[in-house]
Amino acid sequence: MQIEAAICAFCGCLCDDIVLTIESDRIVQAKNACALGKAWYTAHSRPPDLPAARVDGKSVEVEEAIEAAAILLTKARYPILYGLSSTSCEAQRHAVALAEALGGCIDCCTSVCHGPSGMAVQGFGEPTCTLGEVKNRADLVIYWGSNPAESHPRHMSRYAVTSKGRLTPNGRKNRTVVLVDVRSTPSSRFADLLLTVRPGIDFEILWALRALVLGRKVEPAGLAETGITLAQLTHLAELMKNCRYGVLFAGQGLTQSAGNQMNLSAAILLVRDLNQFTKFAIIPMRGHGNVTGVDQVLTWQTGYPFGVNFSRGYPRFNPGEFTMVDVLRRKEADAVLSVASDPAASLPAEAVQRLTEVPLIAIDTHESETTRLARVSFMASTVGIRASGTAYRMDNVPLFLKQALTSIYPSDEEILGRLLERVRELKA
Amino acid sequence: MADNTFTLITGRSGAQGTGISWGKEGEGYREAVQLVELNPADMECLGLQEGDAVRLISRYGATEALCRPGNLPTGLAFMAFGPVANQLTGAETRASGMPDTRGFEVRLEPVLNRRGVDKR
Amino acid sequence: MIRILNGEVYDPINGIAGEVRNLYICDGRISSQDAGGRTIDAAGMVVMPGGVDMHCHIAGPKVNTARKLRPEDHRAHEIAKTPLSRSGTFGSVPTTFATGYRYAMMGYTTAFDAAIPPLAARHAHEELNDTPVIDKGFFLLMGNNEFIMERIAAGEKEEVRHFAAWLLQAAKGYAIKLVNPGGVELWKSRSNAHTLDDEVTGFQITPRQIIQSLAEVSEELSLPHPVHIHCNNLGIAGNWETTLETMKALEGRRGHLTHIQFHSYGGNPGESFSSKAAEMAEYVNAHPNLSVDVGQVMFGDTTSLTGDGPLGYMLHQVTGCKWVNVDIENEAGCGITPIEYKEKNSIHATQWAIGLEWFLLVQDPWRVVLTTDHPNGASFTLYPRIIRLLMDREYRKEMMRNVNQKALAQTTLPDLEREYTLNEIAIITRAGPARLLGLQDKGHLGVGACGDVTIYEKNADWEKMFAAPRYVIKDGQVLIEDGHLRGETYGRTFYVSPAYDPAIEGKIRKFFDDYYTVRYENYPVQLEHYLPRPEAIPCRV
Repeated sequence: MQIEAAICAFCGCLCDDIVLTIESDRIVQAKNACALGKAWYTAHSRPPDLPAARVDGKSVEVEEAIEAAAILLTKARYPILYGLSSTSCEAQRHAVALAEALGGCIDCCTSVCHGPSGMAVQGFGEPTCTLGEVKNRADLVIYWGSNPAESHPRHMSRYAVTSKGRLTPNGRKNRTVVLVDVRSTPSSRFADLLLTVRPGIDFEILWALRALVLGRKVEPAGLAETGITLAQLTHLAELMKNCRYGVLFAGQGLTQSAGNQMNLSAAILLVRDLNQFTKFAIIPMRGHGNVTGVDQVLTWQTGYPFGVNFSRGYPRFNPGEFTMVDVLRRKEADAVLSVASDPAASLPAEAVQRLTEVPLIAIDTHESETTRLARVSFMASTVGIRASGTAYRMDNVPLFLKQALTSIYPSDEEILGRLLERVRELKA
Repeated sequence: MADNTFTLITGRSGAQGTGISWGKEGEGYREAVQLVELNPADMECLGLQEGDAVRLISRYGATEALCRPGNLPTGLAFMAFGPVANQLTGAETRASGMPDTRGFEVRLEPVLNRRGVDKR
Repeated sequence: MIRILNGEVYDPINGIAGEVRNLYICDGRISSQDAGGRTIDAAGMVVMPGGVDMHCHIAGPKVNTARKLRPEDHRAHEIAKTPLSRSGTFGSVPTTFATGYRYAMMGYTTAFDAAIPPLAARHAHEELNDTPVIDKGFFLLMGNNEFIMERIAAGEKEEVRHFAAWLLQAAKGYAIKLVNPGGVELWKSRSNAHTLDDEVTGFQITPRQIIQSLAEVSEELSLPHPVHIHCNNLGIAGNWETTLETMKALEGRRGHLTHIQFHSYGGNPGESFSSKAAEMAEYVNAHPNLSVDVGQVMFGDTTSLTGDGPLGYMLHQVTGCKWVNVDIENEAGCGITPIEYKEKNSIHATQWAIGLEWFLLVQDPWRVVLTTDHPNGASFTLYPRIIRLLMDREYRKEMMRNVNQKALAQTTLPDLEREYTLNEIAIITRAGPARLLGLQDKGHLGVGACGDVTIYEKNADWEKMFAAPRYVIKDGQVLIEDGHLRGETYGRTFYVSPAYDPAIEGKIRKFFDDYYTVRYENYPVQLEHYLPRPEAIPCRV
């Protein structure tokens, strides 16, 4: 059997042109998918090899695990729910309700990928566009601190570089592509202009670019530490001012480096300045499948995109206080529920330490460092393969991911829904 | 790289990315997150060959990795996101929620008499 | 089953203006039979149908981005969970749960979001599903749709109609909405449309052609609500001529001109700014094909969020505040910036006065609707205060003393003595908008109507009366009692499903292959998944 126009939910590109070939309830081919997508489809269509639920390592009925998890969570004084990047908005909606019912914290992978972008938006706004405008209009594309060839392999072909559109009928030939990074990567060969900058100096470069764009004088000596020259930067400023429609793709090289939200603030202000001369947009290179969706859901339910606390019965937002890494490092969390994420393998060791000290509950589609560590763990059906649901692309375009194979485990949505119901009963 | 000091960058790599789907116990993933890439000139200075084990020490912790020459400027070291690099990253977020995961200092020491798998 | 006894009933659609009557609700609808059930003694109280907000921004991408943009706006306005209700935050752009509860607390049971890009229709439905109590729907942005512009340029009128019908079905939208027709497309190349006859670059058509085509399509499809127009040049001094031109361009066809206050300015940009409400209201009075909602400005801090990208940029330049712009492929745009309306600012005072002039100068209350273009002019929570301004001349005069006097003197407001009656308020807040929306069982209390009833305790202060109804009944369930939520319910989503010739699908598919980044197959909203309580409103030919 074949499924046309399937949507790959591995990364934030949400490519929706995948052709799946299905044989005896397995995906044997995922045409059009990149290496990351092929691995995602193939790995997630493997037959189940683990029990749907485990408590203390022992296989149990899902109901029993729900009960155990609900008790652990309701006993906790400061539980945190975390992850939610690789699941559906429907599941995320339950997760926010659960955090509210518990009076705990809820944070998503955003805080460790593009949380600083969100904070910069709160400060200065965001001139942006959907990826189709990039395809149809952009004649200048800049990747800054991003390596799309490895992180979002089809980003350049589907959206930003070789794609053809209304004002870009010749695709690549109609565009100038600039890469700004601290090192050479597999993406470098796609660039017309490659600027290798020293690490941790993005803010200074972006600020100098603002000055050049606005026609102010920049002392060459001021750029001594940046790794690039005034002539190179002036050239870039001219390219930016003189393009028809420019787009700056902001990568984790900006959000995770020194300066964090200040780097993104500088990038946003640069793009804002450029709109005095031409049209210019900025788009964060959001990573995991639906990490953009969890920002959306949290925002429409609480007003804030990540790092939300409900201990007073209403939502409060404070990065650095209610964000996962901080809540773990300060040893405040006394129970953790991880959903569709692997914090034990992805957070700094000092934060992971806390995961080993408190009751940990994990819901994921496969075994991970976190599920292995968890006192209660659930296996869930992957959204877009064995479950359906909504996901938002990196440019906030919402898509419906259809189930392609039979469901073997309950979905995140189902597990969180049952957990929510039980927690509400226990709290009543 | 005075005093064997490098600036460490962490990020996505292809094998690390597919490893997320295949499961992190897989060979490909384990190898991918165990590597540290260095400029070939830096490796030569330290007397390192591809596959040699090195000890990395940051202000937050220490770990061991296998080195590989990469296309990056001198003084820079790159590791894929993962549990090995996480021994070096810091949980201090300076009120941003974002840990210190990119562009911090590490000291690098060759581990004597220890060789990793030579891939050549 | 509910019996509401001896209330002073205002039901303008059925010609009832303050008679003391009994009402019965059975199976969620108004009934002629007294079937018993809970009895509410409404003696001395005012009984009206549930309120209907026909133009607000409460869901979808720009609303959510505005929420995200303004943490400082939420912080002082937090709402805690209760055993029956979810928590949230308020401010100028409240969260979904807070929005639903607050409309209900105010006696409103229906609200339409006025500007959803079809590409983000799924997002709007997701948020509406998290908006409790009220029935809802949205208008679909079409005034800058490139497929439509191409078809107009090719002279293919029929194809415009088939496509519009397809798009309404695909998005599960309710009406055709134009926002700065042609201008948002031009903004994608940093330009704008300044007159109805400017050329839309790349398409060789004009805003006038877009307006006329889609007004015609709305009529031909017999959509329950006529074309809903946000004119070109919003907010710009001298824009009244463009607005008047737009009205004339309709050539007798039905059209709803929205937030008309923002389009009623005389003067010259950068030099002068004045009210043209009197001249324009005269035109509307003489043309029964036209209706308006006001988009009243009220003083205070709010957020401007619009599908009009170039307007967002202009406001950002005026205020210097943080700014969001979103260009949405092939369809639409968006601009967001915080704004504070100040009493002493001569432009803001003029805008405030113009809104009130419109209410007081349009003679037929069925063709003028109470809105603030929430949150653009002000929050919907200020409707009760606007009602007091309309009903209480002395209060209005008192408020006039606080505003910039020079600006005020340039308007006709100081000379207007009219006071709205309760019956007229019932028209501009429920009966009128329900009728304009083509909702047969909303906005009235006749047999078979929805059991949405608001019961107010009389108060000499009309603002207090309308801010806190004693009872709010939704589909026959008492949901609000003495300002407290008594139940949990989610409303229906209204949409239309006009017929089209399937032959158009091949052309749409080709257009998607060429210009969209989502596949044709993945574009339409899945009815069964995204509309848990769908209600298709028929298009009556």
